[in-house]
Amino acid sequence: MSQPKQTATPSSAPMERPPLLKRINLQQYVVYLGFLAIFLFFAIVLRDSGFLTVRNLSNIVLQTAPATIMAIGLVFVLSAGEIDLSIGSIVAVSALAAAVTINAYGMAAGVVVGLGAGLAIGLVNGVLVAYVRLPSFLVTLATMGLFAGVARSLTDLRSIPVTDSAFTGFFGSGALLGIPSLVWWTAIAILIGHIVYRETRFGAHVLATGDNNRAASVSGISVPRIRLAVMMLSGGLAALAGLLYAGRLQAAKYTLGETDLMTVIAAVIVGGTLLNGGKGSVVGALVGSLMMGMLNNGLILMGLSVSDQMIVRGLIILAAVAVSLREKAR
Amino acid sequence: MQTSSSEPVLVLKDIRKSFGAVTAIENFSLDIRPGEIVALVGDNGAGKSTLIKIISGVHAPTSGSITIEGETVSMASASMARAHGIEVVYQDLALADQQTVYMNMFLGREPVNRFGLLDRRTMISETEKLVKELDVRIPSAHATIRDLSGGQRQGVAIARATRWASKLILLDEPTAALGVAETAKVEAIVQSLKSRNIGVLIISHSLDQVFKLSDRICVLRRGKQIGIRNMAETNKNEVVSMITGLN
Repeated sequence: MSQPKQTATPSSAPMERPPLLKRINLQQYVVYLGFLAIFLFFAIVLRDSGFLTVRNLSNIVLQTAPATIMAIGLVFVLSAGEIDLSIGSIVAVSALAAAVTINAYGMAAGVVVGLGAGLAIGLVNGVLVAYVRLPSFLVTLATMGLFAGVARSLTDLRSIPVTDSAFTGFFGSGALLGIPSLVWWTAIAILIGHIVYRETRFGAHVLATGDNNRAASVSGISVPRIRLAVMMLSGGLAALAGLLYAGRLQAAKYTLGETDLMTVIAAVIVGGTLLNGGKGSVVGALVGSLMMGMLNNGLILMGLSVSDQMIVRGLIILAAVAVSLREKAR
Repeated sequence: MQTSSSEPVLVLKDIRKSFGAVTAIENFSLDIRPGEIVALVGDNGAGKSTLIKIISGVHAPTSGSITIEGETVSMASASMARAHGIEVVYQDLALADQQTVYMNMFLGREPVNRFGLLDRRTMISETEKLVKELDVRIPSAHATIRDLSGGQRQGVAIARATRWASKLILLDEPTAALGVAETAKVEAIVQSLKSRNIGVLIISHSLDQVFKLSDRICVLRRGKQIGIRNMAETNKNEVVSMITGLN
């Protein structure tokens, strides 16, 4: 117990409420304020460049769908005190495995193989993290490289077209009730993710594990099982993101998901999930992901070069991590 | 001691624990009755923590028997001890700092409604009720643990044990990290457990506290049980010489 605030207030007096400024949890709202600020900034600066058109705004939502799905998995992983760096590689492997299988055996087999590939990689990560007790940072750093290689060798760096119209409609370009399927996928995943995270025993146990794994353990929570579960969940959701990419682009390539890792981590951290576990938000991750998408979109419309975009995004992530760690140390 | 005639909640008989060639505990026997506070004292390395681990199911004794309300039990894990109504308040409290008081209260044992979702209303109302009964003064059941003082955290940990213990609470150095006022508050909470008809085994380095709180005192030295005394029939000098082995 290294609590610095060992206050000597007589505990017979009712506890004083901390000053207002300390009670307001800055980090909880920073994502909404940031979202609003960036939106307003682009709305004003880019008012003549088409930023505010329905077409552009809905494009942002569609483009961020895979990253949002990955972000949900990462919220669980970070909340449990682990990390998953391999999600980008899982996207590529799953999309390619699904594409090859769809072309040979049809949509159902392709979906099963694609999701199965992601779950299997998640299983490998999870077993190494939960039962061999290797740090998840190193395990997933290794599997990130390993499966990036697998994705490249799987099809000899070739792009695999996906022509099955049922698949591309369901996972990418289709619509139901006038709403694009990618929006449906995002909405459903966020809703289920939010409920599981906030309202189930599993979610509570994930948080407890990341907060204080010894306390979780002596309270009867199977900490290894929680760690395995979050790594598999992350793998499965990254695979779903891979299917969405393949459906939308009507093709799979080893480059899919390659640059998503940083975006997803940034979205999750900006969204109020702590890097060291015990606290997070699925809805915050959605807003964080939309914010990152809006940022990309706006920076492109502003005419920034790719390198300038990377620099600005990097600065935003730095700011987000700074707020997150400051909050933790409070 | 109106309850001293009832059956003991816990009986330890001839408990022996060895790790390889090293004997950590030998021939330890103790019984604890409902509503009774028994103190376990001894120097560092006397075997107190081994004994706690045996009673809480972390270690199985090499030989000897554990009887809970007349039934001989073998406890292979901490969850089995919990299932038998034994709760431990660990020295580090085992609280999840970023979660609320009520989530900690039900950590690992959260109630759910018929849709399988967390039943927060039950958790909150039970927490508020218990915290009030034990007079643990926290701002609310929704407060986050890390915003509480050391004494309040200890109060929450004891309240949690009280919620789940039907037979016995083990308290490991409950006031070691607290200031004077908070120690007094926690001691009052421990005292109030007597009226709940559960046994309390308290480990403490403070003889003042032991004499203030407990009905009996059990002394360990280098794994051996030196003796058990009724509080009324002993004094600090005797206990000190029992602990140290010097006269």
